[in-house]
Amino acid sequence: MIIAKGKPVEEIINDIRGYKKVLVLGCDGCVTVCEAGGMKEAQILGSALRMHFRLQGEDVSVEEASLTRQCDRPYLAQLNDKIGNYDAVVSLACGAGVQFMAETFDNKPIFPGVNTCFIGVTEEKGVWTERCQACGDCVLASTGGICPVARCSKRMSNGPCGGSANGKCEVSKETDCGWHLIYERLKQLGQLDRFSKPTSARSWSTSRDGGPRKVIKEVARI
Amino acid sequence: MRLSYPTNVRIVKLPCSGRVDVIHLMTAFEEGADGVFVAGCLEGDCHYQSGNLRAKRRVAYVAEILDQIGVGGERVQMYNLSAGQGPRFAEIAREMTEKIRQLGPSPIRKAKSKGPKGPATEEAA
Repeated sequence: MIIAKGKPVEEIINDIRGYKKVLVLGCDGCVTVCEAGGMKEAQILGSALRMHFRLQGEDVSVEEASLTRQCDRPYLAQLNDKIGNYDAVVSLACGAGVQFMAETFDNKPIFPGVNTCFIGVTEEKGVWTERCQACGDCVLASTGGICPVARCSKRMSNGPCGGSANGKCEVSKETDCGWHLIYERLKQLGQLDRFSKPTSARSWSTSRDGGPRKVIKEVARI
Repeated sequence: MRLSYPTNVRIVKLPCSGRVDVIHLMTAFEEGADGVFVAGCLEGDCHYQSGNLRAKRRVAYVAEILDQIGVGGERVQMYNLSAGQGPRFAEIAREMTEKIRQLGPSPIRKAKSKGPKGPATEEAA
């Protein structure tokens, strides 16, 4: 899922200063699971904003709502009747949701309420870690199911760099060396011969190097 | 024991302090509470293993938000005491009431133009 982290309340307060009717809009997708932008977080932020503006003596109404997803038009359309009631929206969805809101309601200021961080997993309750960088050309088949793009700080393709020591990355002692993990996993799988076949230089054109990306699945189109 | 403690403390009974959520504390302040203390069991003595430790983290989180919005994080506090410590409960209630009295009424309540009068101090056990 996409992992996000709530922005400091002060930053959001600065963004929405001057608006009188604000909607704090949660998303029931990824950001609900990573406890950054679901209805629960929308209510907490809404309460904080109301208290702040009341203290400032500013007459600002803050309401909360949450959509099933903010990255699909039919769900955004549920706001068609209500969006006119607000001057501005704080979207707690990931960056994709914030942008889709802004595209859909093009005359409405939309502000991000979270920082979108990465594609990751729930390591344990309250802890999320990165697993994928959406490079667009998955190599997990040859790396024991551990991604050298997301897990190696340098995105090396054929093995660890000189900064790998005792299984840790030189970037941080808390960060596992991705290639060390891959080596151990391939050893477990009896596939260490992978290292005798260097992979050719990869094309990063499917990643961000190719500019904004698009996926079309013809059979799924209407 | 018939212990007396300040009458301005409104008790919200919960089966475990782990039930206290961030939104509960926020709502109490938004409704005009001058202060809130959460009375959980002693650390290491939670019947549900870690309810009181979760409450502690949530109280700290709310304190951080209250600081950011200008209400003041010192208005919310976590206390740990066992169900057998009645006198300690009364002492905490007095201590918290005194602390909040020194801080003065909730700025939210003062700024609130209308609405129901909030309790002076809230507590969840």
